[in-house]
Amino acid sequence: MNTFFDAISWVNFKYLLEGMGVTLEVSIISIAISFVLGTFLGIIRYVNIKGLSPIVGFIIDIIRNLPLMLILFFSYFGLPEVGVRLNVVTATVIALSVFEAAMIAEIVRSGISAVAKGQMEAARSNGMTYAQAMYHIILPQALRKMIPPLVSQFISLIKDTSLATIILLPELTYHAQIIYGQNVNYMIPMYVMLALLYFVVNYALSVASRVIAKKLAI
Amino acid sequence: MFDILTNNWGLLSTGWGYTIMCSVLALIGSCVLGTLFALMEISPYKWVATIGRVYVEVVRNIPLLVITMVFYLVIPKYVVAINGFTAGTIGLTIYTSAFIAETVRAGIEAIAKGQMEGARSVGLTYSQAMTQIVFPQAIKIIIPPLGNQFINLVKNSSVLAFTSGFDLMYQGKIIASTTLDTFSSYLAVGLLYLVLTLPLSYLMRYLEKRWQTA
Repeated sequence: MNTFFDAISWVNFKYLLEGMGVTLEVSIISIAISFVLGTFLGIIRYVNIKGLSPIVGFIIDIIRNLPLMLILFFSYFGLPEVGVRLNVVTATVIALSVFEAAMIAEIVRSGISAVAKGQMEAARSNGMTYAQAMYHIILPQALRKMIPPLVSQFISLIKDTSLATIILLPELTYHAQIIYGQNVNYMIPMYVMLALLYFVVNYALSVASRVIAKKLAI
Repeated sequence: MFDILTNNWGLLSTGWGYTIMCSVLALIGSCVLGTLFALMEISPYKWVATIGRVYVEVVRNIPLLVITMVFYLVIPKYVVAINGFTAGTIGLTIYTSAFIAETVRAGIEAIAKGQMEGARSVGLTYSQAMTQIVFPQAIKIIIPPLGNQFINLVKNSSVLAFTSGFDLMYQGKIIASTTLDTFSSYLAVGLLYLVLTLPLSYLMRYLEKRWQTA
């Protein structure tokens, strides 16, 4: 038990929190980018623009069906081959954003489809343009339906940042590995701390999503 | 890019085999484990339900990598020696089982409570009613999301690259570092993943549509 408290000394704990900071920073940037991009792509898929939507749909299907780790490797190790050199943080953010945007596009598309067609027709017959009806009537309703799947997607994004350990992004998992790399006896305490820190953040997020979904429910 | 595929076909096909093997084993394991925990979650005994709930919430909110590394590093050091493939597969099984438990629980709860009460009132025991009345109806709701979990599982099996589990991603790393053509190597690996996951995801979409109208 003594090793346990030695392992979680103030210095080590601060070091873990620093890693947590990088994890959260990368997650928040990726969530912002992928939410905007994903909503945009999801709408393109829903609206069914001739020529464009099937291509977007196919690209989304391909990205959704690839492992994130492969996309991460590709953006960090593969792209320099064709002249695009990214640093670790950018490579991680790009890989996460592209992957999650494809996931979010699907959530947005099915969220919009779930809002009754009659809503659109009623809005149009009241004289709104298609874009107005989409922005003022359909999206606000669809967004309510999308909150639970969106948040669980964000949670899996936060968990997936741990994969960036493999390209040496100094995030939480990587920092934990460095600490137990110095003293092998710290391995178990570090994994307990890892589990705890990830759990606290993600569980808080899922509880918040449930509260928000309840509050916004019509 | 096609040179990479043909020249390294031996490594790639081995990796492919390991990926499929790991996915199938983890699917079977996580279905059994997931169903077990789903049944615990809806159990009429409060303490059993709490254990199920805690397991699902904890496992769902921890990264797969962390769970896998525990089996890859901690278990061999303190408990029993297991190789990278086994460690990765066990980690994947545990992680996926929490998601499958959620799917199964949602499926069972979607079957109206009246079904259980009706079955109980004609004299079936709880377990008889569950296996003969509720479960057969729930299966139809469970299958499509279960298929999506399986696709996730195939993708997540790339975590075996961390634990030197000889899977497709692991072989891809080796090919990339020996040929130095990282771009094409990872493209080739991606192609092989798509051959597995893309047909599955289209099949699931088809099933979802078909069973929705039925």
